[in-house]
Amino acid sequence: MTANSVEIRGLDLAFGAVEVLKDLNLEIPEGEFLVLLGASGCGKSTLLNCIAGLLDITGGQIFIKDQNVTWAEPSQRGIGMVFQSYALYPQMTVKGNLSFGLKNARFAKAEIEERVARAAEILQIQPLLDRKPAALSGGQRQRVAIGRALVRDVDVFLFDEPLSNLDAKLRADLRVEIKRLHQKLRNTMIYVTHDQIEAMTLADRIAIMRSGAIQQLGSPDEIYNRPRTKYVAEFIGSPAMNFIDGVVAERGFAAGDTTIPLDGYGWADGPKQGPAWLGIRPEHVATGELAQGKPFRQEITVELFEPMGADTLVWTTLAGQPFHFNLDGQHKVATGDRMTIGFDSARGSLFGKDTELRL
Amino acid sequence: MDTTGRPNPLFRNLSAKIAAIPMILTALVIFVGGTAWTVIYSFTSSKLLPKKLFEWTDVINIGDWSLSIPTGIVWKSFVGLQQYERLWNTNRWMVSIENLFIYGLCSLVLSFIIGFVLAALLDQKIRFENTFRTIILYPFALSFIVTGLVWQWLLNPDFGIQSVIRGMGFVGFTFDPLYSADIVIYGVLIAGLWQGTGLIMVLMLAGLRGIDQEIWKAARVDGIPAWKTYLFIVIPMMRPVFITTLVIIASGIVRIYDLIVAQTSGGPGISSEVPAKYVYDYMFQGQNLGQGFAASTMMLLAVAIVVIPWAYLEFGSRKRG
Ligand SMILES: Nc1ncnc2c1ncn2[C@@H]1O[C@H](COP(=O)(O)OP(=O)(O)OP(=O)(O)O)[C@@H](O)[C@H]1O
Ligand SMILES: [Mg+2]
Repeated sequence: MTANSVEIRGLDLAFGAVEVLKDLNLEIPEGEFLVLLGASGCGKSTLLNCIAGLLDITGGQIFIKDQNVTWAEPSQRGIGMVFQSYALYPQMTVKGNLSFGLKNARFAKAEIEERVARAAEILQIQPLLDRKPAALSGGQRQRVAIGRALVRDVDVFLFDEPLSNLDAKLRADLRVEIKRLHQKLRNTMIYVTHDQIEAMTLADRIAIMRSGAIQQLGSPDEIYNRPRTKYVAEFIGSPAMNFIDGVVAERGFAAGDTTIPLDGYGWADGPKQGPAWLGIRPEHVATGELAQGKPFRQEITVELFEPMGADTLVWTTLAGQPFHFNLDGQHKVATGDRMTIGFDSARGSLFGKDTELRL
Repeated sequence: MDTTGRPNPLFRNLSAKIAAIPMILTALVIFVGGTAWTVIYSFTSSKLLPKKLFEWTDVINIGDWSLSIPTGIVWKSFVGLQQYERLWNTNRWMVSIENLFIYGLCSLVLSFIIGFVLAALLDQKIRFENTFRTIILYPFALSFIVTGLVWQWLLNPDFGIQSVIRGMGFVGFTFDPLYSADIVIYGVLIAGLWQGTGLIMVLMLAGLRGIDQEIWKAARVDGIPAWKTYLFIVIPMMRPVFITTLVIIASGIVRIYDLIVAQTSGGPGISSEVPAKYVYDYMFQGQNLGQGFAASTMMLLAVAIVVIPWAYLEFGSRKRG
């Protein structure tokens, strides 16, 4: 069994009277890429800062490599951190930025040279070593910021929204680079973002956070296919999931006078009945020929459509409630068109109305 | 070079330039003109009133027209560098210069250090920060005259600090800087610092607050101790604030006048005289404009020697870079 690289037990953190993190538990195995995902203000950065030791926690314990580091200084924890604003030292060259921490820790000159050279090679910033941060592009700055964590030769990398200041193209490029870096180094990485594409593509596991608590911790596949709460289901996926308001009855899911069969649904805790939401992802809805094979079929009218290139998002009404689904972008539609759609609720998710938990 | 179709840069934003003309004229006439006038008259023997510089001579009449055209000039009242010679041979001026140096150097160094340290302390997210800030900034709301009077009392051996401490039982305690010619300027310095450091602190605090918190976090993760972070990262980042502060402190130093008048009136004897007081006294009390102008021209020269190389470095290099 591999040891846990980072372990958080019962972490509490409050700013004065405002409780930001409440009894948070998290275990991160060695070498895992964990993404903390959540809406703005849910406490992602706060959690990361607690792990880094930049905030004094109110309660609980933090272990890194089985060492209790709850009260250790950030530099003693074996972590490296990359910030959203890069936080490079503006008056120093790239080389100075990379070596300042090492110099301060009294490393031998040759050792420093070697580490800087290695980081520069991995990140392809050798030609920039003598420049000041002001003379670098955003992507280059972020590379230097990663380099500063890299030279410290740490076990755990912490990233706080490192790509959110970059444009979309550069973001995609650097995302791939970070993934490559992880595959090469095999360090534990904890990565904060509110971009779900980043989360899905990078993560071994994703922790979805909401107001200071982890709502679900699981692989991207689990999070996408078996969201544990309605909030997670809403948060993940674009366009957002459809929620049909209804009741789980014996014959299936009843919404108005429509009944949707629930055969093959993977119940979390055995079949249940009662008021619920049925969540169906827009991309899981089939049309035309493909709809014929689905357990549930219905003829609908196109009310509105949004062409998005690869797909067209079609808005309609199902069981008296607004409903949207994806259609192949090449398929020509017009408002008022009638078509048959179908889906399999085994791929959907049911959430109890009282708890908002997966049924 | 092909410039067709390109607007002449002179005419770009023409209306804005026209609108700025009155401002430019005012600046030229009042600042440049006034300065030039002072410098010119410092070469004359003007006493109570500025004397006539010159007279036109040899007015000629052309034909029947009573048109006068001056064809020559007779310089009047010019005395060359005489005023300056006299200035530099006056003991009082030499004392003033020496005092300004001591006061200026100490005030510059101490204001910076105390102001920065106070700002750094206030920046530690302490409680009651606003209260502390207000208390420290409060003296700045007082005029130099009031400050001077307050400190005249505080440093008075019969009512002030000395008498209080003697009253506590330390009978031999002596602290009367204002009554000793050798250290009187330090007595003034204390009052000056008390009044001025608050502002410096606030400026520095604003500078510190302008620094990205993530820089601090990065330095902590790198294991850099706080003092090193200040010294090698934060202070270099605060260069613009330091320059502003430097200009404010330096201009205060050169102009120091009212504090002296209120606190010591230049005494004991002439031991706390300063250049600005010399200028004032000669112009308005000694009724010797020429001498006053010469002294103020020397002050201008001193400022120019400091400011011009600095401005050249600061703004000249930016254009190139
Ligand atoms: N220094 C502070 N004092 C008081 N409250 C704070 C402080 N820092 C953060 N908070 C509060 O804690 C909560 C969590 O903040 P945090 O920065 O962790 O959010 P986040 O998930 O990182 O959001 P974002 O995606 O916008 O970065 C917020 O509600 C915020 O208002
Ligand atoms: Mg954040």
